[in-house]
Amino acid sequence: MKLRRSMLFVPGANTAMVCNAYVYKPDTVMFDLEDSVALAEKDSARLMVYHALKHFAYQDIETAVRVNPLDSPYGLLDLEAVVRAGTDIVRLPKTDTVADVLDMQAAIEKIEKKIGRTKKTQLLAAIESAEGVVNAVDIARCTDRLMGIALGAEDYVRDIRTQRTKEGNELTAARAQILLAARAAKIHAFDSVFSDVRDKDGFIAEVKKIKNLGFDGKSLVNPNQIYLLHNIYAPTQKEIEWAFEVIEAAEHAKKNGLGVVSIDGRMVDAPIIARAEFTLDLARTSGLIGEDDE
Amino acid sequence: MKIINSAHAGTLESSDVYIQINPLDKDTVEIELESSVKELYGEMIEELIKNTLKDMSVSSVHVKAQDKGAMDLVIKARLQAAILRACECDPVWEELS
Repeated sequence: MKLRRSMLFVPGANTAMVCNAYVYKPDTVMFDLEDSVALAEKDSARLMVYHALKHFAYQDIETAVRVNPLDSPYGLLDLEAVVRAGTDIVRLPKTDTVADVLDMQAAIEKIEKKIGRTKKTQLLAAIESAEGVVNAVDIARCTDRLMGIALGAEDYVRDIRTQRTKEGNELTAARAQILLAARAAKIHAFDSVFSDVRDKDGFIAEVKKIKNLGFDGKSLVNPNQIYLLHNIYAPTQKEIEWAFEVIEAAEHAKKNGLGVVSIDGRMVDAPIIARAEFTLDLARTSGLIGEDDE
Repeated sequence: MKIINSAHAGTLESSDVYIQINPLDKDTVEIELESSVKELYGEMIEELIKNTLKDMSVSSVHVKAQDKGAMDLVIKARLQAAILRACECDPVWEELS
């Protein structure tokens, strides 16, 4: 199982971050060529990200690049650079409609064909408007290149004429729609960034909330947020023990031809078993259990 | 690739390099390197600059590089950006190895 809990934004013009982001071990490094890069530095940042993607330090970590819109003077140049350099994922800058995704896909296919790249570049759509949220279901299902959809909260709240709050009630509708669209299409769902890097408690509260909602992970703006997020996403010892107990009970029931089994008076059926398997998968991938534990 | 203008790329921040490109009226490559690690890595950095220029078919240029401990990939990216700005060209990706 590929974990995608943490997606660390790295401004493409920030030399130190571009060179060192892999050290912090996020699940995905997301180089940004769009909003964080000044117009006069677009060319230089593009070249920096191009070389970083080819550097050996970034061969064992998943990479994504947020490119500029295709209708800007930079979008196609960005795509040419990052697809050639072998990025795993291209993050669309703003996705309002299915056409936005398909246009990006067509441009990528053209480059892949030209350079003979056989590995398909994946796509991640950023939903940042009311229109995008309304179209999220269609967007999530429009191509098998789409590995996930992500909420871009800052632009979204501006579009629906409100502002972000600590409670996050203004994002309730968008989060629900994005999550359900992603789950229906069997792709990943990512929550927006939490920009106030000094507010550790606020960040932790928000991560707990989006984890409980069902999000796979979150975009991050600071390496210090990675460890906090991974800790919250890691199953607790109690959850791991429970999962082992469920799997053992299920295997016992199967072996003895029993339809249903119960633990502590609670019925263990297929959804409970699937949840236990997911917990153990997460524990394995997080390095909390090894072969000796099973 | 012909250098027609002066141009620069990069910054003087730590881990970066500031590259200044100037045209020359003779067919030669001049490199002026300032680096805190010049004694250890100066030759390697100059070699990297020469090879990058060769890949881009630049044979007449003055390069001033003020290195602040940049990795190879940064030196290459900043140099290529400065060259493309000086030539007013779009990148030819096959030359930007």
